[in-house]
Amino acid sequence: MLNYIIRRLLYAIPILIGVNLLTFLLFFVVNTPDDMARMQLGARRVTPEAVEKWKAERGYDLPLVWNSREESLFGKAGRTIFTQKSAKLFVFDFGYSEDKRDIASEIRERMWPSLALAVPVFLVGLAVCITFALLMAFFRATYLDLWGVVLCVAMMSVSTLFYIIGGQYIASKTWHLVPISGYAGGLDAARFLVLPVVIGVISGIGSSSRWYRTLFLEEMGRDYVRTARAKGLAETVVLFRHVLKNAMIPILTGAVVVIPLLFLGSLLSESFFGIPGLGSYTIDAIQSQDYAVVRAMVFLGSVFYIVGLIFTDISYTLVDPRIRLE
Amino acid sequence: MRVLLLTLASQFLLLAGCGEVWNDPYPAAERGGNILYSVFGERPKHLDPAQSYASDEAVFTRQVYEPPLQYHYLKRPYELIPLTAAEIPQPRLVEKGGATYSVYDIRIRPGIRFQPHPGFVAGNLRLDPQKIKALKSPYDLAQGTRELVADDYIYQIKRLAHPRLHSPIFGLMAEYIVGLKEYGERLKAADKPDQWLDLRAHDLEGVTRVDAYTYRVTLKGRYPQFVYWLAMPFFAPMPWEADSFFSQPGMAEKNFSLDWWPVGTGPFMLSENNPNARMVLARNPNFRGEPYPSEGAPGDAERGLLADAGKAMPFVDKAVYTREKEAIPLWNKFLQGYYDLSGIGSDTFDQAVRISLEGEAGLSPEMEARGIRLDTTIAPTVFYLGVNWLDPVVGGNSERARKLRHALAIAVDWEEYLSIFANGRGVPSHSPLAPGIFGYREGKESVNPVTHEWKDGKAQRRPIEAAKKLLAEAGYPDGRDAKTGQPLVLYLDSTSRGPGDKAVMDWWRKQFAKIAVQFEPRQTDWNRFQEKLRKGSTQLFMVGWSADYPDPENFMFLLHGAQSRVKTQGENAANYVNPEFDALFERMRNMPNGPERQHIIDRMNEIFRRDAPWIGGFHPKNFALFHSWLGNAKVNEISDNKLKYLKVDAAGREALRRQWNRPKVWPLLVLFLAIVVSIVPAITTYRRRERMAARPVS
Amino acid sequence: MPYVLATDALVWLLVAATVTYAVYCRRHAHLAVPWRRVFQSSAAMASAVVLAAFLAIGLLDSLHYRPQLPQKGSEPKAYATEVLSVLDLGLAHLRGRSEKTYSAPLATRSYAKEQVELPDGRQMRDFPRLRFGGAHLKDEAERDADVAKRALGGLGVGILLCIAVFFLTRKLKSRTPDIPWHAAGISLGVLLLLAGPAIALCTVYHVLGTDKVGQDVFYLALKSIRTSLVIGTLTTLVLLPVGIVLGTAAGYFRGWVDDVIQYVYTTLNSIPGVLLIAASVLMMQVVIDRHSDWFSVAAQRADFRLLVLCAILGLTSWTGLARLLRGETLKLSQLEYIQAAHAFGVRSTRILGRHILPNVSHIVIIAMVMDFSGLVLAEAVLSYVGVGVDPSTNSFGTMINAARLEMSRDPVVWWALATAFTFMFALVLAANLFADAARDGFDPRVKV
Repeated sequence: MLNYIIRRLLYAIPILIGVNLLTFLLFFVVNTPDDMARMQLGARRVTPEAVEKWKAERGYDLPLVWNSREESLFGKAGRTIFTQKSAKLFVFDFGYSEDKRDIASEIRERMWPSLALAVPVFLVGLAVCITFALLMAFFRATYLDLWGVVLCVAMMSVSTLFYIIGGQYIASKTWHLVPISGYAGGLDAARFLVLPVVIGVISGIGSSSRWYRTLFLEEMGRDYVRTARAKGLAETVVLFRHVLKNAMIPILTGAVVVIPLLFLGSLLSESFFGIPGLGSYTIDAIQSQDYAVVRAMVFLGSVFYIVGLIFTDISYTLVDPRIRLE
Repeated sequence: MRVLLLTLASQFLLLAGCGEVWNDPYPAAERGGNILYSVFGERPKHLDPAQSYASDEAVFTRQVYEPPLQYHYLKRPYELIPLTAAEIPQPRLVEKGGATYSVYDIRIRPGIRFQPHPGFVAGNLRLDPQKIKALKSPYDLAQGTRELVADDYIYQIKRLAHPRLHSPIFGLMAEYIVGLKEYGERLKAADKPDQWLDLRAHDLEGVTRVDAYTYRVTLKGRYPQFVYWLAMPFFAPMPWEADSFFSQPGMAEKNFSLDWWPVGTGPFMLSENNPNARMVLARNPNFRGEPYPSEGAPGDAERGLLADAGKAMPFVDKAVYTREKEAIPLWNKFLQGYYDLSGIGSDTFDQAVRISLEGEAGLSPEMEARGIRLDTTIAPTVFYLGVNWLDPVVGGNSERARKLRHALAIAVDWEEYLSIFANGRGVPSHSPLAPGIFGYREGKESVNPVTHEWKDGKAQRRPIEAAKKLLAEAGYPDGRDAKTGQPLVLYLDSTSRGPGDKAVMDWWRKQFAKIAVQFEPRQTDWNRFQEKLRKGSTQLFMVGWSADYPDPENFMFLLHGAQSRVKTQGENAANYVNPEFDALFERMRNMPNGPERQHIIDRMNEIFRRDAPWIGGFHPKNFALFHSWLGNAKVNEISDNKLKYLKVDAAGREALRRQWNRPKVWPLLVLFLAIVVSIVPAITTYRRRERMAARPVS
Repeated sequence: MPYVLATDALVWLLVAATVTYAVYCRRHAHLAVPWRRVFQSSAAMASAVVLAAFLAIGLLDSLHYRPQLPQKGSEPKAYATEVLSVLDLGLAHLRGRSEKTYSAPLATRSYAKEQVELPDGRQMRDFPRLRFGGAHLKDEAERDADVAKRALGGLGVGILLCIAVFFLTRKLKSRTPDIPWHAAGISLGVLLLLAGPAIALCTVYHVLGTDKVGQDVFYLALKSIRTSLVIGTLTTLVLLPVGIVLGTAAGYFRGWVDDVIQYVYTTLNSIPGVLLIAASVLMMQVVIDRHSDWFSVAAQRADFRLLVLCAILGLTSWTGLARLLRGETLKLSQLEYIQAAHAFGVRSTRILGRHILPNVSHIVIIAMVMDFSGLVLAEAVLSYVGVGVDPSTNSFGTMINAARLEMSRDPVVWWALATAFTFMFALVLAANLFADAARDGFDPRVKV
């Protein structure tokens, strides 16, 4: 097991390099360092000297990928924007954003609101979807099942934007039940999170419930279930003691991949509900062309994704005794 | 199970009946406090007065930093009055070595103290890095204060030349302040990477100390607009202790710098700084207490704006600014009473968060019933459709191009534009100057005779036939080139503004279609647009300019040949050049206001209208909405230090908020009941199934 | 002058490909049977009718031309820079009659007050009468009666057509009894009953109101349909080849090919989707801006951006399909007849094309139909972030985005948002139902 994990982590390194290279290419084709400088310095009275000074300070006066002015090969590849900026990422030194704020401390600070939103959505969503899917599977082939599926498809077909705008309008503006947007630290955050969590769960019910329902139905078509029923077990016992456990394997393994990505937050919810999390941090950085932040967030996202994949594989072994990691 | 349901239901009813407000986004502890609540849209990038130039940063810096002068809050047109200075400095002209210099002696009032700040405690200037790491905010340390002296002003002016700060006005000031340019070079040589550059050790020739409370600034030549710069935070005082404090190793990693933690003498201090979510300005306990003005513009007394005359400011204890990125939450929270004032227009042409309102007296009955007030003012701003003078088709001095521009100027109906896109809030522009600036003419003389005629006591746009005639004379009858028969296609460059853009582009197409000219929009992002302007590859473009100070020079320079964007990266985006206009500009720029200056400005306007480097434009009217409990509120476009004048009736606000935001719980109960009811058929089906003897094959 | 936009060409190419595929399916039982199963579901038939209606509108909107400017004498013909479509011709009465600004659905007066001059010369602030909406009414009080009259007239025509449809379905049902024609008939009937009054009213009123510059919202919604369809379908043109080739190659060849392809899609997947799309779109925007001389008209530029957006969406979402195909191909390549073919020395490409591909085609089809609705929804979100279609293109995303700002207005302008919501919901719901039926039809685990 340990060998496997170490091997997977080593395999992750070329992926991270690839991710970095791709982000770099995408970003610098769009914005030259000149553009970034002007964006950060503002619109009025920007002189070429100020632009040059800004670039020199942040190390953007070097060539992008290949420095032909250097002597050694190491220097040629080393003193470039790409290497200088990317090398430190591997030790998680994210440096400073273009407007001189420490990225690592920002991430540490903004991580909590993102988690405070994403974790409840994930857990509550999982619970609600499984319950709903179980109900539909339990009442299969009756009108309840049919209307359940129709409801799921209908809910799947509505864009998240509508849920958010509509939810805010109804719950906050018309019924005055919760604050429209905003955030506070500590326990007080609960007030602000009720609506985004509810909307997050509702917008995800449609697709997840249907998928789980399919899994449950598939499981219920197996022979051992028929045997259990023939033995005279009540339907609830069959569902909970046998079907649920086995169907949970694909559900959980699918869910585990998502866990590390919870950190990155949901972009839309964070913007509309004013939650200062990592999602809105990233979107702000794209719009203000802050390469340092974008690079850091993409790197972090990749790390989490890879960790998630490793978790998935491990959870497969834990849950399904037939699978062994080679 | 049943007991649980009953207790839940009764809880709901209890809470609803309590009169508690559930959707209050602020902590319960703050309720009823003497606090002002407002918004900010964009994250402020720099709060360092040497660098800060944008209006969303000014909201904070203007309340903390006090330059020597300020604008009168109530009087219009805008008038300079002393703030920390004893009086408005008058320049003395001195001849030396064949050159003229203006010398300003600025006297500061004694007895002004800085806000409490850790930098003033000597022990805090050499802190252990471990201790710094443990800090949550600089105000966790022991704080001290001291009196304001002239040296602090000198220190700040020196900072404009600091090599690491890139002050946006360094280039401009280097042309005027004696020795500033060389000073910048000297500082660059003396600056060592990890060391604090102590500016006290380096002397600046043009800015000297006369005595403890007086300093002297020497400018090359004459520059009467310098007093306007003295009203900007660029010339506010900066204590050297703060600079030293923030330059300690370990401070930058915690984001403790002058860029994020301003330190000044103003009525407020920035006590909480979280640009992602919330900024809080708290009362400065060391503030000397400025009296509220006792004079104002006509009509202010009737509006109750002079009721607090003579009382010591500021009136509020705290101001909380929350970040709102989206217009819908901002608007709804304002209507619910959780913001005391809504936003006003900003620097850029397009503000991310924008509320739209019905025209002039545009409040809906619902808003009026809630006592919301609307205040508008014409901003010293101009948005114009510029012509790239270097373009072969529309630009240049030829008679053909000029007639073409005149035809376009008549065709583009700016009145309609304002009516549709700005809800009537703005006036079409007939000259580069905005209303309220010296040189602006009202009534009949204000009208641009090329595009309008004065009929029945108001300006009427000339009929479209006149435009068509001019177009034909220019060689494009019916929008076709007379020689080749090809249709005339004109290109408009603009920055893509997102959702509302399509509507605007459709409107432009309609305008050009009126004279049968083909229209092609070319939208790009902001960077590319600026690049096109710099390279001069535009044809027609839309830009805006917001005045730094209320002087006609600050508008006319947009047409000065030497300021051409292509040649010198100046603000003349149209690259317009006319030697006669330039000569008049040179004469007028340093003249005091008077009939001679007015005459020259009139002459310049004539040339401008004849040449038409701008195909019209408009001056927007910016608006702000205030709730009934906010007192002394008046829109001030030029100088945003209004926080100290504002007053909040906290008890009234609390009562109204409670009244407007009673939670409606019954829909939740109905929903709950609906769910319960829908479970019933499920339970019956379940029971039925379990009791069945033999099950059909399913 | 007919004018072919890049996306037009591809759309018609896709139509031709679909027709060819349909003909191919009829001849081959292994495809005809699952498709027939698909159409045996009532949900599929009903949604197919709705999708066909959307498709018809979208296709009409994919035939573009540039109107000719009035010619004078011996001058050469010249054409406007505006690019219009056949749908615009049909909806000319909706397009040409724009008001000045907002107006509510079926209203006779504008939504915004203006200085109105009364007959006796006085000036007053009031809601002015619309130029076109309800302009034929002399007395506004008649509006309700007029609307009712016209709507009933339209409804009547709709009912007549419904009766015709009823007879048609009866006839079809007698011919092929296993296909639920009645479901199709019902949904067609509902469409006709809705369209009847709408068409009757739209000539004299603005049925769904007008937007900020006075354009009819109904017209905007109809024009947005094409954009959604283009994004949903053209993306697959990029997605399918890349996903199929890489997925099957990884599963079949294994070894280093598998490793490389896995590396590529793990890297791509690691980057958060929105970031990848946003960066790519911005990059493409730079290319467009730097080479603005490639495009002669603005419509071409907007169209190119739409095309590249489809390509980007395709390039960033092929990983899911590739992974599924890799798994399936791995399983298949262990089967005996594949191993036998290998032993016989049959070329790999032939094995892939003749044996593996047809056996994974159900996955491909399921993926294709299921992705459609996801792509339509994604477009709205991307427009919100700012990296969606060009703002001058009509799309549901831009409509929602514009409506977002309108909701912060007082009084609220709700009809544009409601319209975008309804149309998008109808399209995506129909697509989802059809996709479900397609999946049930093609899923080999479903017992016949």
